[in-house]
Amino acid sequence: MQQLDQIFVTLKAWALGHVPEPLQVPASIVMSIAPIMLVFPAIFALTTVAERKLLGRIQNRLGPNRVGPFGFLQWAADGLKTITKEDVVPRNADKVVHFLAPVVLLVSALLAYSVIPFGRNMHAIDIDAGILFFFAVGAGTELAVFMAGWSSRNKYALLGAMRAIAQMISYELPLLLAALAAVMATGSLNPNDMVAAQEGGRGWGAIVPNWFVFTPWGFVGCVLFLIAAAAESNRSPFDLPEAESEIIAGYFVEYSGMKFATFFLAEYLGLFVISSMCVVLFLGGWHAPFPFFWCGWIPSWAWFLSKLACIVLLYIWMRGTLPRLRIDQLMNFAWKFMLPMALINLVVVAVWKYTRPWDYFGAELVRWLVCVSLLALPYLLLGRNLLSNRKWGPRTYRYAG
Amino acid sequence: MTIPGKGILTGMAQTAKNFVGSYVSKDRMTTVQYPEEREPAHEAARNFPFLVFDKDPEAGLRCVACKICEKECPPQCIYIVMKRDENGKPTKQPETFDIDVSVCMSCQICVEVCPFEAIKMDTDYEYGEFDRFGGLLLDKDRLAKSNQYYHKIHPTEAAEVDARLDKERKTKEVADKAKAAKLAALAKKAQNAEKIAGDAKGEKQ
Repeated sequence: MQQLDQIFVTLKAWALGHVPEPLQVPASIVMSIAPIMLVFPAIFALTTVAERKLLGRIQNRLGPNRVGPFGFLQWAADGLKTITKEDVVPRNADKVVHFLAPVVLLVSALLAYSVIPFGRNMHAIDIDAGILFFFAVGAGTELAVFMAGWSSRNKYALLGAMRAIAQMISYELPLLLAALAAVMATGSLNPNDMVAAQEGGRGWGAIVPNWFVFTPWGFVGCVLFLIAAAAESNRSPFDLPEAESEIIAGYFVEYSGMKFATFFLAEYLGLFVISSMCVVLFLGGWHAPFPFFWCGWIPSWAWFLSKLACIVLLYIWMRGTLPRLRIDQLMNFAWKFMLPMALINLVVVAVWKYTRPWDYFGAELVRWLVCVSLLALPYLLLGRNLLSNRKWGPRTYRYAG
Repeated sequence: MTIPGKGILTGMAQTAKNFVGSYVSKDRMTTVQYPEEREPAHEAARNFPFLVFDKDPEAGLRCVACKICEKECPPQCIYIVMKRDENGKPTKQPETFDIDVSVCMSCQICVEVCPFEAIKMDTDYEYGEFDRFGGLLLDKDRLAKSNQYYHKIHPTEAAEVDARLDKERKTKEVADKAKAAKLAALAKKAQNAEKIAGDAKGEKQ
């Protein structure tokens, strides 16, 4: 069991043993990076097919079913198509920035992978401020998106980029505050400490895993994080920056061929990495849900990947369900709901943390009740406020006929 | 009291139901996997005209090459040449009957003007060709389709046409019989007159 769990770590150590002494550091770096560069693009390829199949089924269609068994080789056909397509650069585009934008997006998405622990002892770099690094690097995507929109010299691209900037900056705040809840609870910015803090279980027979999502603040934080992550990675229902039906494809309307594919890839890589961060922060990282049980033999990285897959499926499901938000709804939601909820959540974390020493009969119940009501009440009030603010009715025009 | 977020959960449940249902119930999936499976054409469907023949695809064509359809065709996509026998005498048969389906607009006017029920609308829609000029110019051989085929694609209409043709044939038969009888009577009369005349002659002699 131990061998299967540590198979990649052992493999790397074994391979490093064959590398001459002076080359060991660069070899180690390459061996840490290469699997990330191989595995996640592969997951991306499969996700594109799975997403189309799933969306098809949600709409009572079949989805792609021509290439390979049940259409599961569609990604190969799509990949070949995008590679062989002509790369068109608009005549008036800022060519350097136009070229750099997909690269910057891809690099910032890939850099964020370096701090994620994918399994026991499986992380590219272990830095104390890993979570800070993650969000700092993640902010690079905003720059890339704006570079793409600005350099294309296309009004749709610029509109998309402006929407993207407005959206990403607005949602960066609740995203960080939601993550901050977990940071407060553990008192560390290191993702490995985060995972370590969620080990084991509690309750009768340790039936409930110690994941943060099974605490009141953790649940709310996780939901807030997932929503803000969807907005950060431009996923539906927050896909205004690339709204196909309004502004064609938003900021990458002028991209074709491999550059478009790079955008597409980087977007999905960004989604995976932010979902991975959610797994690390709230879903117990690579820990098994029932460590005492028969599933102890399943390797830690498999647990991590299956949790990641669940979140990605949830995003696909959401994409198949929810319509796109309007820009004012988006902003209202970010500033009037997400932000206050995230701030209140921080207070609840503090309450949760400082009631931990309570040690009388029924203390746990009181603690839960206090925290849940501290969260449920603002949720209801803020939510109803949002709902009551919608002004539906016949549209009036001030100037036109 | 409205609970915020309830609508989202309801929607998610609905899509989940769709997802599971698409694997369980066949009625949900309305997609027809076209090249492999085809839905039978609707009886009222119509696409391009074809020529009806009764028994023989060459001699049995109902078309008499009267060229009414050729003249009436709005986009002028029909071209007819009447067959002539060795003496140059026109027969009631088409030598050439071409329809350019790339020009045809499926208006059915040729069908409506035809007095012989010889041209009808087809339901076939697979006219894909690699040769865009010659391939889409359908000649007599490709246009000729049997009355059974017509019955298969438009059963109601074909039955009506057959009944009408039968009735016409019967009235014609009756008329022919009457005419024949009349002619026979006339002939008999003439014969009798001849006979009487002959008898009179004989008597004279």
